[in-house]
Amino acid sequence: MSFFTELDVSVIAPSLPFLWTGLKFTVTLTLIAMSGGIILGTLLALARLSPFSPLAMAASWYVNLMRSIPLLMVILWFFLIIPLITGYPMGAETSAIITFTAFEAAYYSEIMRAGIQSVSRGQVFAGQAIGMTYAQTMGHIVLPQAFRNMLPVLLTQTIILFQDTSLVYAIGAKDLLKAAEIAGKNYNRPVEMYIFAAVIYFVICFSLSRLVKHLQSRIAIIR
Amino acid sequence: MIEINNISKWYGQFQVLADCSTRIAKGEVVVVCGPSGSGKSTLIKCVNGLESFEQGDVIVDGTSVGSPTTILSKLRSRVGMVFQHFELFPHMSITENLTIGQIKVLGRSKDEALQRGLKLLDRVGLRSQAEKFPGQLSGGQQQRVAIARALAMDPICMLFDEPTSALDPEMINEVLDVMVELANEGMTMMVVTHEMGFARKVAHRVIFMDHGRIVEDATKDDFFGTPRSERAQLFLSKILSH
Repeated sequence: MSFFTELDVSVIAPSLPFLWTGLKFTVTLTLIAMSGGIILGTLLALARLSPFSPLAMAASWYVNLMRSIPLLMVILWFFLIIPLITGYPMGAETSAIITFTAFEAAYYSEIMRAGIQSVSRGQVFAGQAIGMTYAQTMGHIVLPQAFRNMLPVLLTQTIILFQDTSLVYAIGAKDLLKAAEIAGKNYNRPVEMYIFAAVIYFVICFSLSRLVKHLQSRIAIIR
Repeated sequence: MIEINNISKWYGQFQVLADCSTRIAKGEVVVVCGPSGSGKSTLIKCVNGLESFEQGDVIVDGTSVGSPTTILSKLRSRVGMVFQHFELFPHMSITENLTIGQIKVLGRSKDEALQRGLKLLDRVGLRSQAEKFPGQLSGGQQQRVAIARALAMDPICMLFDEPTSALDPEMINEVLDVMVELANEGMTMMVVTHEMGFARKVAHRVIFMDHGRIVEDATKDDFFGTPRSERAQLFLSKILSH
């Protein structure tokens, strides 16, 4: 039991402001990668479903490539290679935001593709029959329904994304995990800090997954 | 108004439509019937270009549906269509269902669209349901809203693709009543249906299809009196016998 009795939680309170800056970046990264990923992912999904085969092929290649490489390697490569190509160094935070948006787009696109296909062809016909163009039918009829049907799955993917953001630790971006590590070194209390960080991740993810459950039951009723 | 000239369509090797031709004049009501899989629904969807065809052409009010230069969305905004499964937009209220096309396609103001929509909703007897969502209405009510939605675009003609096939028997008449009224007002209508009572009441002509071909294209009296083809006779005896 000495492990627990020797824990010194008093170091947590003074580190809170510092941890808060880390958490802010983690949340910002999650929100940007989510919104960017869903927008890009929706475009990729539309491209994959397009009858114009070169576009469909290109989108399909992109999605399959991203889904076949470990996220950690994409983060590292992007961070290391982009400065070599452009000649300008890129901050770890900026690099992380771009990488996550591009990577998550592949996953969100698969969700949106399933969502679009979940809307019946009759709905497309109905939109077209009142004179809507392809873009109007997609924008007003198909995508809102696809999005609504897929909302729980999109949120679940976002929970995974939120956890995965801790991988930016590898390139030194100052997220929650990195902040916990630094604070732990400061006070020479790494165990307490890592445990506290884990509790924060848990609380946020658990609340979100409860929200997903709630949404699932509501959507089932609307249908 | 609608000219269907020798259209043919294939799904791979399978020919769904074989050299179909007919004309529907302004104000005419034409009923299309035939066994399932005979190509009726495909034929009616070719009229507003929801289905493509490989040969022949369809001319609607002087506009060629098959021509690559035709802007199909423009043409469709002038041709009303009602589907077997209603296809109301489930994420929109009844009012929004009635106004979205008017606003986004015809460019009407929200107010104008709402007035027109409510007037038509009144006409199909559903004024009190305006703020509900499609899922809260019965099938018959949904189909009447779907008819109102099509009429809200002020179409030059109306296409009905088995409008009562997905309905419970007690709801069929409320939809047919609306259609009869529409026919009596002189709307040009092409109706795929098995409701022979409706055909007897308002149709000018009846088209019978089988295996992708128009087997019989006759006036109502000729069709019900003395159908020429054996297949039409058999079909009629089957659906009229019960």
